[in-house]
Amino acid sequence: MSDEQEIILSELSDEELTLQMHDDLYDGMKDEIEESVHILLGRGWMPYDVLTKALVEGMRIVGIDFRDGILFVPEVLLAANAMKGGMLILKPLLAETGAPRMGNMVIGTVKGDIHDIGKNLVTMMMEGAGFEVKDLGINNPVENYIDELESGEYDILGMSALLTTTMPYMKVVIDTMVEKGMRDDYVVLVGGAPLNEEFGKAIGADAYCRDAAVAVETAKEYMSKKHNQLGA
Amino acid sequence: MSEVSDTTLTTDGLSAPIGNDGRVLIIACGALAREILALIEMNKWTHMSLTCLPANYHLYPDKITAAVEEAVVKHRPNYAEIFIAYADCGTGGLLFEKCKELGVQMIQGPHCYSFFEGNDVFAATSEDEITAFYLTDFLVKQFDAFVWKPMGLDRHPELLDMYFGNYTKLVYQAQINDPALDAKALAISEKMGLPLERRFTGYGDLETALADL
Repeated sequence: MSDEQEIILSELSDEELTLQMHDDLYDGMKDEIEESVHILLGRGWMPYDVLTKALVEGMRIVGIDFRDGILFVPEVLLAANAMKGGMLILKPLLAETGAPRMGNMVIGTVKGDIHDIGKNLVTMMMEGAGFEVKDLGINNPVENYIDELESGEYDILGMSALLTTTMPYMKVVIDTMVEKGMRDDYVVLVGGAPLNEEFGKAIGADAYCRDAAVAVETAKEYMSKKHNQLGA
Repeated sequence: MSEVSDTTLTTDGLSAPIGNDGRVLIIACGALAREILALIEMNKWTHMSLTCLPANYHLYPDKITAAVEEAVVKHRPNYAEIFIAYADCGTGGLLFEKCKELGVQMIQGPHCYSFFEGNDVFAATSEDEITAFYLTDFLVKQFDAFVWKPMGLDRHPELLDMYFGNYTKLVYQAQINDPALDAKALAISEKMGLPLERRFTGYGDLETALADL
């Protein structure tokens, strides 16, 4: 006989349910996350609060345990998949309810590379943190980045690569931005398993981001600096 | 060698060198052990000895350079020449720099998929094949230990699309003709949901690199 009792999510208090959502995200339980999001919205929670207090905070905990080697990629992907389920419910409501906007980002995996797990995680976490993200997908030549940056009001460019053979392409993009005199108009963040801080500096990026959580924190810092400069 | 399992080559490598006449030691990735021993036998390269590092270092490429250096330092007093049977293998040039510093040669190219196919051929075609997932004989044999389990797909098959959704084909680079491996490669392609393309590569530039020693 199991000691475990079935948890009725709708019977939990707001505080208990929020903590339960952190656990459910950690365990990658998408159906439960979606149900809990609906419950909180039904109780009158603002979509932005559901996003930040339940989902983003839960993923923050997942991120810490991933960084510390307690969780591994499969578990993080399951958690991300659960969060994605919650985000899909919240996204249209966030726009309607005027959630705070942190800034705008273009992101994409570089030419020759089709790996997008890290990029997708960053996209999701950035959106969760209040950034508007235009995801260019995989295998992007330099023109894709430049055209998109020139077509909108962007603050940040994010580039991702998983292969040592494709990561040098990030420099091609940054060099092109320099040639066009647009490099200093954007914060350039780079990431991917084979990269490191030294590589980020060498190619002229503003920062190398080890994981999605670091990407969010770095982006926030740069946006905060930008606002301070504008306010000075 | 026949008593050493592929699982051992994946997780432990081959710490005691096979052959020991003090001339040339090949320090190789465990994934290349059988191919290198086959080449030694086929070409009667009796001056060569072989030791291997665990093949699963490829899951953590940052371990490779330090492990190679440690092996070179350990074996150098006992051999006139040491050769590193690794390509760049995800080290981002660090292994190349280390080999240069240690004064030892290594295999040219980005990884084994490239040198088995021939680095020149691979470089010419790889841009058109970025959506190909490659397997060698060793990886066909060790697919579950090397790919399926570390990615958690044995426990969570629903992650398959997140990992491989952007791939369009599975290329099996065969080093030898073995119907059992062909059947296994086909089963893997069905499991991954990708069409299989079998290419017989033989030993490619691995043989060329060792022939110069």
